[in-house]
Amino acid sequence: MFDLTGKSALVTGASGGIGAEIARALHAAGADVALTGTRQEPLDALARELGSKAHVLPCDLSDDAALKALPGEAAGAMGGLDILVNNAGITRDGLLMRMSDEDWDRVLDVNLTAVMKLSRAVMRGMMKARWGRIVNISSIVGTTGNGGQTNYAAAKAGMVGFSKSLAAEVASRGITVNCIAPGFIETAMTDKLTEAQREATLVRVPAGKLGTPGDIAAAALYLASSEAGYVTGATLHVNGGMAMI
Amino acid sequence: MSDIADRVKKIVVEHLGVEEEKVTENASFIDDLGADSLDTVELVMAFEEEFGIEIPDDAAETIQTFGDAVKFIKEAQA
Repeated sequence: MFDLTGKSALVTGASGGIGAEIARALHAAGADVALTGTRQEPLDALARELGSKAHVLPCDLSDDAALKALPGEAAGAMGGLDILVNNAGITRDGLLMRMSDEDWDRVLDVNLTAVMKLSRAVMRGMMKARWGRIVNISSIVGTTGNGGQTNYAAAKAGMVGFSKSLAAEVASRGITVNCIAPGFIETAMTDKLTEAQREATLVRVPAGKLGTPGDIAAAALYLASSEAGYVTGATLHVNGGMAMI
Repeated sequence: MSDIADRVKKIVVEHLGVEEEKVTENASFIDDLGADSLDTVELVMAFEEEFGIEIPDDAAETIQTFGDAVKFIKEAQA
């Protein structure tokens, strides 16, 4: 099950904990992977770890010219592009009353607008191939909201509406568009929590523990697979029961 | 029939799976040939590739029939 031999995947934010694990999972299933992110060193390290069929394509998604070039570079490196995982995300947290336009714009640009632009750019190839998978990494806060994250939550909720709409447009061409909404996952982002914050968070998680990047990668592998071909416009919540929606 | 019209017709027949006889001058892709909106986008993409031209979105909207497509491409190549 979940054999991706012969498929090519572009994973954004592959320098981060979740993105790297998604790339590992797709690669382990046989896919060629293009790893993109802003930090070259972790991307190179991951490519070395994966060995063959891994391509490093550093890109700052807030740089419009670089963003435009990325899908073509990925398809060129791998000979095609069948799977797009929009995982890259940034936070600029703060109460709305104190939020600058710049903090709003930057989060929306990277977390939402880049998703639209990359999805649009890969569509032609997927339409021709009559097969494609777009997996967008949203967040639990896109559904539940979270004080201090109006920008992030708006972008992550926007991603869900975007995905459903695009899913409707291209379902007849064998292309699926889905979201994964992680809850609290052990990454560099959550490492910053104090012990007290961690405890307070875990009280809200029936599973009694944080999720791992592997939990998200398994969901991404499923949605990228041929077996998930009838699943589209869905949001798969992976949150240990923190929000049952 | 011109070479361009032949090539356009071939794309339409292949893409929409219709009989060649049905692809007449005034045949509407959507009303007569059973295309949906995504098919029309794909046809435009196919024309762009076949003829090495750019068809902007506002121009693409005016291409409703087989005749429209042939006319547009002839002008774009002139």
